[in-house]
Amino acid sequence: MKHVPDLSSDRGFGSDGRTVRTTDDGTLNEVDENAVETALLLKEAAQAAGTPAAEVIALTLGPAPAVDAVRRALQMGADSGVHVCDDALAGADYAVTARGLAAAVRAQGQVDVLVTGMAALDGLGAVLPSLLAADLGWPQLTVAGEVTLTDGVLIATRDVDGATETWRATPPAVVSVTDVANSPRLARMKEILAARQKPVQTVTAADLGLTEADLTVRTAVRSATRRPEPEPEIVADDGTGGQQLADYLIAHDLLIKESR
Amino acid sequence: MTTVLVPLDQGDQPLRPATLEVLTLARDLGEVTVLAFAEPGEELLTDLGRYGVGRVLVTQLPEPATSSALVGQAVASAVRQVSGAVVLLPSTFTSKEVAAHAAHHLQAGLLIDVGDLRLDAGRLVGGKRVFGGTWETECAATTEVAVATVRPNAVLPTAATTPATPQVQPVTTEAAAPAGLELLERQVADHSGDVRPALAEAAIVVAGGRGTFGDFEAVEELADVLGGAIGTTRDCVDEGWLPHEAQVGQTGTTIAPRVYIGAGISGAPHHVGGMSAAGTVIAVNLDDEAPLVQLADFAVIGDLSSVLADAAEALRAYRDER
Repeated sequence: MKHVPDLSSDRGFGSDGRTVRTTDDGTLNEVDENAVETALLLKEAAQAAGTPAAEVIALTLGPAPAVDAVRRALQMGADSGVHVCDDALAGADYAVTARGLAAAVRAQGQVDVLVTGMAALDGLGAVLPSLLAADLGWPQLTVAGEVTLTDGVLIATRDVDGATETWRATPPAVVSVTDVANSPRLARMKEILAARQKPVQTVTAADLGLTEADLTVRTAVRSATRRPEPEPEIVADDGTGGQQLADYLIAHDLLIKESR
Repeated sequence: MTTVLVPLDQGDQPLRPATLEVLTLARDLGEVTVLAFAEPGEELLTDLGRYGVGRVLVTQLPEPATSSALVGQAVASAVRQVSGAVVLLPSTFTSKEVAAHAAHHLQAGLLIDVGDLRLDAGRLVGGKRVFGGTWETECAATTEVAVATVRPNAVLPTAATTPATPQVQPVTTEAAAPAGLELLERQVADHSGDVRPALAEAAIVVAGGRGTFGDFEAVEELADVLGGAIGTTRDCVDEGWLPHEAQVGQTGTTIAPRVYIGAGISGAPHHVGGMSAAGTVIAVNLDDEAPLVQLADFAVIGDLSSVLADAAEALRAYRDER
């Protein structure tokens, strides 16, 4: 899961091209709540099918405040947490983030399903699930609107780019879910109190055996400039609002033209 | 000369606007080679030639041929064979997955949803608008080989000044789906009868929000006059007013049209995150303090049904005069 800057906060970049984060403006990436819910449902299904030892581990990679994302998952019902936190990971691109998370997954021993949200609301890249699957060599069931685990088999349905697909995978596998996959449960006071006692392990890049090559980014932000605040041209509709809208489109050459 | 590889995410279907945009950008970076997963017909080859494609590699994929992991490996394999330096794809969900797998296998820098591209000292540099459209960033690959996905409507598709005659070359690519993965069912929605363009790639999007109170007639009328797609917000989908496929936002469709018109939409962060790469933003709203009005280029404060209907009528009149 990912701890992302609050959407309504003033987000920006520092002079080093990295996202500026403050401790008080972060939040758990919203669709990651659906990922946590999926994990909890899969655990409950496994327990009902006779696997009492099933557990949910909440995993994140990020600076110190990112542990809040893990805490949120523990409050929802996850059993324990892992926070990959290391200055060596500052400025991590997709590749380094995926390698760090994949290494943390391997360090857990036997993991059957890695569940993520389909995208992070701050970047909307939506590539981490695929990078994790590639790194781990696991099949992926991504952008799933529905996922089940029955008799040791994962079945997921996704609706993407005009096609509806149903995929089957045997664990271990990577699953990414959309917000239609389920309704995340609300943390109850009892769970919130219990979450304080749950273990959260903080691990460094060295703990995970990540080498310098593993930590070398393949992309870097070269420049980041704040766009000038738009100065909207606002007109009050006095009966000619529609005509003015049409005139705006015409005057700014915004009607579709034949391009071929 | 840099070799730019463009995988075709289609069979022998006519090229989509998003692919034409990618080919237009690719041509400025180097020599364009297309990777096709089906034998191209005469018509497709002619179209590729018009866009300056000099070579078409054709490869056959094993099943499940729509597995992103498998296609990504095939792309990586083809790039190695032609010593490609850049892979370009349109920013669809599946293409982004393919891009991720290809980048992993090539150990390449990965740029996602970029709007413009250039080579600087042999490194691919892409521009991208982030944080709800408030910042403009430039991201560079630090590797010799780079993979990038291009957001729709980043450029106007333009044919090459000199058409090429593509050489068709069969290649064998190495690719296998991960063990344990199986495609059980795949249904492609039939859009042949659609009168409107696909939301994700539309050059013009007219979106209606809660302020429509479920009546999208004026939204649809203006969209049809403009040849645009219909979009909406998450709460309208929750109300059952429009299907989920019309939802613009984080968990819906991310759009980057040339023109976005938001009617009766306040501009919640969810929605804005999905449309902030739009070229020109127009808002129609009763509330002049709505966030979308504040980030718009042009806004009309008024009742959306009459404003949109009047705009549609004015545009029809303008067309008829020409």
